[in-house]
Amino acid sequence: MKRRDFLKRSAGAGLAAGAAISFGKYDKLWTTLPGRAKYDMVAVMGGTPVDMFDLGIQELGGLGTFIQKGQKVLVKPNIGWDVVPDLAANTNPLLVKRIIEHCFKAGAKEVYVLDHTCDNWVNCYKNSGIEKAAKDAGAKVVPANSEKYYQQVEIPGGVKLKSAKVHELLLESDIFINVPILKDHNSTRMTCCLKNMMGVVWDRGYWHSNDLNQCIADYALFERKPALNIIDCYNVMVKHGPQGVSKEDIVQMKSMIITTDWVAGDAAATKMLGLETQRIEYIPLAHKMGLGNMNLDSLNIRRIKM
Amino acid sequence: MRSLYLRRFRILFSAIVFICFFIIFVDFTHLIPSKYTDILLYLQFIPSLLMFYDLGTLASAGFASVLILALLTGRTYCSFLCPLGIGQDLNSRIGGRLRKKFRRYGFKKPFTIIRYTILAATVVVTIVWGIYMITLLDPLSIFGRFMTYFAKPVVIIINNFIAGILGKFDVYSLSNIPVQGFELLAYSIPVVFLLLIAGLSLTKGRLYCNMICPVGTLLGLFSKLSILRIKIDEGKCSKCGLCSVRCKSSCIDFLNHNIDVSRCVNCFNCVSVCPDKAISYSIVTVKTREDKTDKDKRKFIATSLALLFGLPFIARGQDKSAPVPKKVSTVKENKTYPVCPPGGGSIEDFNSDCTACSLCITACPNNVLQPALLQYGVKGMMQPVMDYRKSFCTYNCTVCTEVCPTNALRPLALEAKKLTRIGKVNFIKDNCIVKTEKTACGACSEACPTKAVYMIPYEGNLLIPETNVEICIGCGHCEFACPTTPYKAIYVDGVPVHEIAQKPENKESEIKTPVDFPF
Repeated sequence: MKRRDFLKRSAGAGLAAGAAISFGKYDKLWTTLPGRAKYDMVAVMGGTPVDMFDLGIQELGGLGTFIQKGQKVLVKPNIGWDVVPDLAANTNPLLVKRIIEHCFKAGAKEVYVLDHTCDNWVNCYKNSGIEKAAKDAGAKVVPANSEKYYQQVEIPGGVKLKSAKVHELLLESDIFINVPILKDHNSTRMTCCLKNMMGVVWDRGYWHSNDLNQCIADYALFERKPALNIIDCYNVMVKHGPQGVSKEDIVQMKSMIITTDWVAGDAAATKMLGLETQRIEYIPLAHKMGLGNMNLDSLNIRRIKM
Repeated sequence: MRSLYLRRFRILFSAIVFICFFIIFVDFTHLIPSKYTDILLYLQFIPSLLMFYDLGTLASAGFASVLILALLTGRTYCSFLCPLGIGQDLNSRIGGRLRKKFRRYGFKKPFTIIRYTILAATVVVTIVWGIYMITLLDPLSIFGRFMTYFAKPVVIIINNFIAGILGKFDVYSLSNIPVQGFELLAYSIPVVFLLLIAGLSLTKGRLYCNMICPVGTLLGLFSKLSILRIKIDEGKCSKCGLCSVRCKSSCIDFLNHNIDVSRCVNCFNCVSVCPDKAISYSIVTVKTREDKTDKDKRKFIATSLALLFGLPFIARGQDKSAPVPKKVSTVKENKTYPVCPPGGGSIEDFNSDCTACSLCITACPNNVLQPALLQYGVKGMMQPVMDYRKSFCTYNCTVCTEVCPTNALRPLALEAKKLTRIGKVNFIKDNCIVKTEKTACGACSEACPTKAVYMIPYEGNLLIPETNVEICIGCGHCEFACPTTPYKAIYVDGVPVHEIAQKPENKESEIKTPVDFPF
C-alpha cells in the first residue's frame, strides 16, 4: 500500500470509528475489526459445504461482522488445477458461490474472484466450476494469468522473501477472504491457508528455489492479511496432492474450518490430515514470527456437528 | 455470362473466406470449435492432398473437388478459396489506395521455365526426399505462418490495449494475454516470404501465384482444359487495352484477343472494366479448346498426375523401411530427441506430413508448440515442436490434434491422449534444489498429472523427487515448473516413436472419514 492510500484509509477508519462512537454503537465498532469475533475458530462437521458455511458464519456473527457496507471484497479460492470439482483439487464451487452471496448480503459493493493457476487458467476457471458459480452469484471473475496484473510490494521482515509481485486486486480490494481447500502436498505435506497465497503472487518459482517453507511463512508478514479464512474440508485430497490423480485420493470429511487466524487454521487442517503440525515447517515458522497461533489448545474454538 | 456482378461476387465471397481464415489463425481465445475450422480447411489443396495420402478416404478428398473445379471453371480456387491469393489481392488493393496511383499491369510473357521447374522440383523433392518444398511453398501454410507469426501478436496487442482500458473500468471480460514471440531465427523464412509476396503483389499483381506457387501452376495446367473461361469477343473489342491494364495476372494479350488461361485467376476485373462489353466468362466450344491445345503440356499434366497420385504410394513404402530418425545434435541439455506433439505418431511420420502451416501453434491454448529451428533437422524447420522451457502440454487437451489440416497430427480421443507418451522424464538429482539447497521444493511433482514424478523421504524432514517412467507421458509440466537455472533438474527427452504409457494405478486411501474433530 502506498503511504497516501494508507493515510486515506486510516482517516476513513478513524472517521468511521468516531462516528460509531458518537452514535453509541460500540459493539459494531469492535466487531468490524478482524480478530474480534466471538470465537477464534469455528469448526463444523457433517453437512454440505453450503450448510456448514451458513451455520459456521452465523456462529461468528455473520459475514457482516467482517465486511462493511460498500466494501470491495476479494474472495481467493484455490483454482489451481484443470480438474473437475469431484476430484477436490480446487475449492468447492458451491461454497465459493455461497460465500459471495453472503458478501453481497453483508453489503459488499463488489466481489472479485481470482487465482494464479498452475494449469492453463482458462481451463482451470472453467472446469473447476468456480467461474460459473462465482459469476452466477454476481462476482467478477478476474484473470491472473499475466504479469501485467501484478504489482511489486515489499515484505518487511521477510527472511527469504523480501518482496513479491502480488495481484493488483489484492491491493485494491478493501478486504480479502481466503478460501483454501485442504489437501495433501507433495513437498510441504499439506496445503491450506498460508500456502493458498501462492495464488496471488506472480513468481512462484522464486519460492520453490529459495526455501519454499520459509517463503510461505514470510509472505504471511505482508500487510494484506485475510479478514477470514474459510477452509473447505468437505472432500479432502489425502494423497497425490496438490493435484491428485483420481477419486481414490479423496476422503469425504464433510468438514469446514472458519477462522480469523490462518496459522491456527493451518494447524487445525494439519490435524484433519492426521499429521503433526511441526512437520509442516511453514506453520511453526509462521507461529514463531508471531503471525498466528498454532497452539489450538489456547484458542477459543467452537465445534459443531450437524 | 457478361454480368458485372461476377467481380462483386468474387470480392464478397473471397472477403468472407479471408475473414474466416484470418479468424481461425489469430483465434487466441480459442473461440472457434475445430469442426468449423475443418470445414474451411477441407478445400485447401495441399493439406487435403496430404490428408488423403495419409487416410485414403473420400472424406479427405477435398483436393479432388479443387481439381474438378479447375477442370470446370479454371483457377477459381486462386481468387475464391486461397487465403494467400486473396491476401495478395487485398494487399495490392490497399497498396494502390495508399499510393493513390492507378496501377497498370499490362500483358507479360509467362515465366514458363521457372514455374514448371518449381512445380516439378516440388513434386520430385517431395517424393524423393520429403516435405521440404511443400512446407516452404504450400500457400495455406505460408498464409498460416504470416498470421501466426505476424498478425496474431498484433491482434493480441490490440486486445491487451482494450483489456487494459476495460480493466480500469473494472470490466474483465477481456483479459491480458502475454505476447510470446518465437525464437528470432524462426522468423527468417516467413520474413523472406512476407517481403517477397507483399512486394510482388504490390507491384506485379499475382506474379507470385503465376511464377512461384506450385499449386497455382498445377491448377493452371488443369485450367487449360477448363470448360468455363474468360473470352474476348473479337467483333466487339475495340482494342482499348483496359482489360490488360487491369489484369492482375498480366495474362490478357488484347491485341491478339488471347487470354492465357493457365495464369488467369478468375478475378473478373476484365469483365467488369471492358467498356465494349466484349469480355465474357462463358463455356468454350470444343473447337476453340482444341485450337489451343499444346500436346507437350498435356503430357506434362499426365506425368504430373502420375507423379502426384502414383509415386507417393511407392515412395511411402520406402519410407516405412527407413532407419530410425537421425539424432539431432543441436538440442540443448542431454536431450536426444525433440518432443513431437501428441497425435504425430512418430517424429519421422510427423516430419513427413506436416507443412508447418502453424495452425496448431496458434490453436495451442498453452503456447507449448513452437516452430522448430533445427530440432528435427532441416526437414522439420518451422514444424511445431514442444518447448517445455516456454510451457507444457495441458493434460486435458487435444486441440492440436483436432485442427491439423494435413493429418500430420492425427485426432486423439482425450483418454488416448492421456496415455500417449511423447517423451520420457529424466531427473538430475545433482541439479535439484532439495539436494543443492537442502530446502523443500517439489514443483515438478506438484505439476505432474500422472504422478510419474513423486516424492520420497530425503534427509531430515525433506522430500526429494523420484520418477516412474512407466506412467510418464512426457507432458513437460515438471520441466516447465522446475525452478533451477540454467539447466533444469528434471527434463523430458522426446521419444522417436510415440508409446502407450501405463495407466497410473491408485489405491483407496488409508485415511477414513472422521467421526469427530481431531483437534
